Amino acid sequence: MTEPLAYLLFGLAAVVAVWAGALTVLNRRVDNPLFYAAAVVEVALVATMVGGFIALATTDRDVDGVTFSGYLLTIVLILPIGVAWGASEKTRWGTGVVVIAALVVMVLSWRLLQIWQGTSV
Amino acid sequence: MSDASTRSGPGRILVAVYAVFALAATARSSVQIGTDFDNAPLAYSLSAVAAAIYILATVALARGGRARPLAWAACTAEAVGVFTVGTLSIVASDHFPDATVWSVYGQGYGYVPAVLPFLGLAWLWRTREGHAG
Repeated sequence: MTEPLAYLLFGLAAVVAVWAGALTVLNRRVDNPLFYAAAVVEVALVATMVGGFIALATTDRDVDGVTFSGYLLTIVLILPIGVAWGASEKTRWGTGVVVIAALVVMVLSWRLLQIWQGTSV
Repeated sequence: MSDASTRSGPGRILVAVYAVFALAATARSSVQIGTDFDNAPLAYSLSAVAAAIYILATVALARGGRARPLAWAACTAEAVGVFTVGTLSIVASDHFPDATVWSVYGQGYGYVPAVLPFLGLAWLWRTREGHAG
């Protein structure tokens, strides 16, 4: 879990958050482009989870493994659940759910980096 | 009998935010209680109570209908809890050596926990029976 990777995830999720936020303001439902954008982020998140578990298994540093694993598993679940819950609401509020999900992914990617570096509480 | 009103429209977002806090509080209290309970038994027990209330509120708001009384109760308990624990964590800080979801009125979570119960109660009020939108 390197800094550039965390920044990449943070940035990708931020793009989805802003995009979904704009659609919410414009009173639009979750549409296909937004869905595909979220899917791209999800691919990056799954790759991060796999890489994260490998890194956790091979590192000789003292990382809080339980918390780190929990965040890795959580971060891949948030967008699929959020998009599913949001897309089944046929109003702008469903798009707002995608905003929330993307914001959560941003926070989680930041926390992942902190936990990996041992700089968290 | 399930009515969609509490999970429709803005309620969609409300349920999503509640779900996030249910997850965050559950995960946090599980780790705290599982690894380090003796460090702060009071704080960690209250953390678990918070997690349970968030789960109840999430499910009750998502179901609506007959679960509405449960949603009222959960949001009320949540409001009482966040202000009780928030105050305790300040005046009795030696019992709260480690942060929980409700410490200092949810400071670690952008104070969202202090606002959320009132959004929940307001939403239940707005979607009450016989009230159009």
